[in-house]
Amino acid sequence: MSRARTERLVNLVICLLATRRFLTAAQIATTVAGYEHDPDDPRAHEAFQRKFERDKAELRSLGVPLETGTDSIFDTEPGYRIARREYALPDLRLAPDEAAVVGLGARLWQHAGLAAAASSGLTKLRAAGVDVDPQATLGVEPVVSVDPSFAPLAAAARERRLVRFDYRVPERDAPSTRRLQPWGVVCWRTRWYVVGFDLDRQDVRCFRLSRLVGPVTTSGPAGAFTPPADVDLISHVAHSWGPVERHGRATVLVRPGHADGVRRWAERVEPGPDGDRAVLAYHCAEELAHWLVGYGADVRVLDPPEVRDAVITRLKEITASAEPVPAPVEAAG
Amino acid sequence: MTGRPPGSAATGWLARLLNLVPYLHARPGMRVADAAADLGVSEQQLRDDLELLWVCGLPGYGPGDLIDMAFDGDRVTITYDAGMDRPLRLTPDEALALVVALRMLAETPGVADRALVDRALAKLERAAGQPAPIAVRLTGNADRLARVREAVDRRRALEITYYSATRDRTSTRVVDPMRVMMVGGHGYLEGWCRSAQQVRRFRVDRIDALTVRDEPAAPPAQARPAPVVDGIFRPGQDLPLVTLRVGRGARWIAEYYPCEQVDESADGWLVSLRVTDLAWARRLVLGLGPEVVVVGPPELAEAVRVHAAAALDAYATPTGLAAAPAPAG
Repeated sequence: MSRARTERLVNLVICLLATRRFLTAAQIATTVAGYEHDPDDPRAHEAFQRKFERDKAELRSLGVPLETGTDSIFDTEPGYRIARREYALPDLRLAPDEAAVVGLGARLWQHAGLAAAASSGLTKLRAAGVDVDPQATLGVEPVVSVDPSFAPLAAAARERRLVRFDYRVPERDAPSTRRLQPWGVVCWRTRWYVVGFDLDRQDVRCFRLSRLVGPVTTSGPAGAFTPPADVDLISHVAHSWGPVERHGRATVLVRPGHADGVRRWAERVEPGPDGDRAVLAYHCAEELAHWLVGYGADVRVLDPPEVRDAVITRLKEITASAEPVPAPVEAAG
Repeated sequence: MTGRPPGSAATGWLARLLNLVPYLHARPGMRVADAAADLGVSEQQLRDDLELLWVCGLPGYGPGDLIDMAFDGDRVTITYDAGMDRPLRLTPDEALALVVALRMLAETPGVADRALVDRALAKLERAAGQPAPIAVRLTGNADRLARVREAVDRRRALEITYYSATRDRTSTRVVDPMRVMMVGGHGYLEGWCRSAQQVRRFRVDRIDALTVRDEPAAPPAQARPAPVVDGIFRPGQDLPLVTLRVGRGARWIAEYYPCEQVDESADGWLVSLRVTDLAWARRLVLGLGPEVVVVGPPELAEAVRVHAAAALDAYATPTGLAAAPAPAG
């Protein structure tokens, strides 16, 4: 932006903040420095109008709340002003330790997408007289990062606008296009999800942001839907992660000095003549079996049969598929 | 006209000027150099900004209308602000960035003063207006993390019993803690490992036992925290490359582990990843079952075959474990 234009825009903001009356474009042209022109010269006037349009767009993109309206019903042409209450950052009354925490939060974005927004937000707090201690620390600091689709989805959820995106789960080959009323964005165990009403499935769905393919398209008017008043966004993502009851008990022989990963989940481990005996609590026999197979010949399931048989089945499948080629087929089992 | 100042984005300059007047207004007699450092601009840039603002003001643009400031040596005071006494309110993106970061901080297990974070968050959300439809929940081993953090704060050495998933071994070691951090949903203790004589990161949920020692943490001068970029594990190019043919049901591993290459052209994906230890890769492959077949290296394929066969053989005998397969892979 040129120095002349920057100067003009500062003057425009100052003027529109000071005025209580709506100022028409013509009044602005004769009042604000930088818009001087001969309104009777069509080309000069047209140039002014283009300039003024660009300047209005610039201010709006910065978030300056430019009001349009008239002071009386006799005014035929709408004018402009900036309502100070809408413009000014409200007084936050942050205590020094609270300000330090906000500064710390802004720094967490260091490695990720919204860093610039956090830092310009922090500058506004500083401009409001808040002093931010740059040395503050809270001991544990999360690294905050988001997927590229985070910002458009959060904006769409805020404005309650419909979104469309391509979504792909690893088990499927091709992405499918989904249309969603986004209720909100959730961070669950540092993975990001969007929760909302899926228009095609006609049900509530959540989507992992890392599985979105390509851009998010926002369409239609703002306020197109209303999320349920009591919606608990987290619960929609977390419902499948609740604690499981581990009623089963399996006894496993573990090679001494090996498979520490199995030992640390055992309720108890006792040495025996042919290896250590570990007792493991489990919920699903098949899940336990698959996990134990990872430890190969260092473990052997003694009991119960449902776990033992699941392990044997799995091992047979592996030896069948891992057969070196060409090689003689070995007897399995 | 001197044109645009170097390094400023088109709207960045205007935004900076709109902030600058209230910023200085709130801090009469501030040193120009300190203001520049606090706002992250060069002193020259700041002086240039002040020069521009000096000719701006209310229509009429006479002496009483223009923004005015007094210089006293290297200090500046705004004596007339032309009505620009407050900064512009936060944009939705700025509010979102700050609110989300604070929610993350508030949810981080083991944060020293959660009540403080919540207070700051409440004030910020009030000023930001409409609440961001964002929810954050980071679960973790809050108690253990709090104990580790306490030891870091007290600058004490720690004796930890730690399970290394890479080596599948649990061992006890003494660590001089340096910091605690959260990455990818896990808490980590970073410190000087006296056994390895290196800076190491320990996942808090794998610290099975913890004793705070009655001696100060004394990481050597050369111990430096490592930067965190794209997660905690950054495989080096010198590590062995493992290539797997991955069936539909195990495709999630391409999402879960940092992969070097994923070829999705066939039904069975071709996934390449670098591993610290081939024995870890063997446990991974065996655990995934027939969904995964080793393409390379051959010693891994062989290790998987031998271990699976030996494990199976053991079930053919009435008791005991199979003879330990050769340690290769």
